[in-house]
Amino acid sequence: MTRKTKILGYLQQAWLVLVLACAYGGALAGVQISLSPRIAENRRQETYRIIPQLVPGAEQEQTVELLISDRHGNPARVYQTRDAEGQPNGWVVPAKGPGFADDIGLLIGLDPPLNKITGMYVLDQRETPGLGDYIRDADFQRQFRGKAADTPIEAVKADPGEQQITVLSGATVSSSSVCEIVNTALANVREPLLQEWARASAGADPRDEAEAAW
Amino acid sequence: MANGPTASERFLNGILPENPVYRQLLGMCPVLAVTAAMLPALTMAAATAFVLISANGIISLIRGQLRPHLRILVFTLTIATFVTIADRFLAAYLYEMSKVLGPYVPLIIVNCLIISRCEICASKQSVRVAVADAVGMSLGFTLALTSIATVREILGSGSWLGIRVLPEAWPNWGIMVLPPGAFLVLGLLLAAVEWWGQWRAQRMDYAVAPAMRGQQAQATGEGMEEANSWKA
Repeated sequence: MTRKTKILGYLQQAWLVLVLACAYGGALAGVQISLSPRIAENRRQETYRIIPQLVPGAEQEQTVELLISDRHGNPARVYQTRDAEGQPNGWVVPAKGPGFADDIGLLIGLDPPLNKITGMYVLDQRETPGLGDYIRDADFQRQFRGKAADTPIEAVKADPGEQQITVLSGATVSSSSVCEIVNTALANVREPLLQEWARASAGADPRDEAEAAW
Repeated sequence: MANGPTASERFLNGILPENPVYRQLLGMCPVLAVTAAMLPALTMAAATAFVLISANGIISLIRGQLRPHLRILVFTLTIATFVTIADRFLAAYLYEMSKVLGPYVPLIIVNCLIISRCEICASKQSVRVAVADAVGMSLGFTLALTSIATVREILGSGSWLGIRVLPEAWPNWGIMVLPPGAFLVLGLLLAAVEWWGQWRAQRMDYAVAPAMRGQQAQATGEGMEEANSWKA
């Protein structure tokens, strides 16, 4: 059998699969393009709703969205939270990274000089139901509150120390992934955020610059 | 192969006589996982119905072109596409509910109910019959999910569809909203349906002539043949 007839034979067998794959791919692209702005908006609204829980005293309406470039020069979106008087009182950093099943999306609350983590929230997860989805648990997320923001956090099985959190057996990979995502995100945005903070303390309003950047 | 059950037979069979959950024991994952309350159960039933009806319709349309050894691949491809559409749609328009259902929406892909309908009905019969079959099966699946969710939500939270139905003094049975509650309710309802089916069959036996019994036996045999016909 020549090579050509062989290929034709394959096509004869598989043309339906190929045609369907292309058609379905196109349909999914269409769905993704038309729905993704709405999904992103839903996520943003959830983020704003959670912000007061992540930074004590933060006002939802006062929050300013900043586009900074992180350590590697990649653009990153962060939220500068403000209290009722409009004074900056913390940061909320969105972070994303690989979990056990799929990417995990987090929100990390920080105090203005980046000394302590003030809160952590799991925005997006598809971990194993009943095991890995334990990271949605408030008890798990509360462990991050008060941890130092300049040293990496470790996940341990038992007897957590200063800078450690306890993982639940059955959710080891998921909870360690969350730690890893938090550590990476904080390392990435630490310098730019400190610069922003220094500038804010000096009196400049980042809102003006954010607008200028747009 | 040409003459399977008619559209109306397919439709009616799906609801009770061949109910996907109570008679075929298919799709147990969502049955156990999302039935703690009515709203998630209904959303799951609607998403499954959308996928099942679309997949059955499309498979039936292309049934003449299916290659036997590639058919499962085509089924899975079709089902996965519609599940992704359902998942994105929920995330866009029912965001809170999509967070509650979490990974169970993508898991519709592996709901055996859908692929078994593609295999048994849609790949052999006309679009009309396939859609009737899908609608019947979806109704049967909805019936099963909602019956379990009704028991669990009323006993576990004292409400139905979020509306309070039991007095405030009702001590919510925590176990009902937890996974063991799903197993307990499913087991009891399964037993009840089986018991009712046997009772009915017994009554039929007394009521109808022996000739009728012969026909029934044939009907059961047919189902087996149908399932094996791909091997031929």
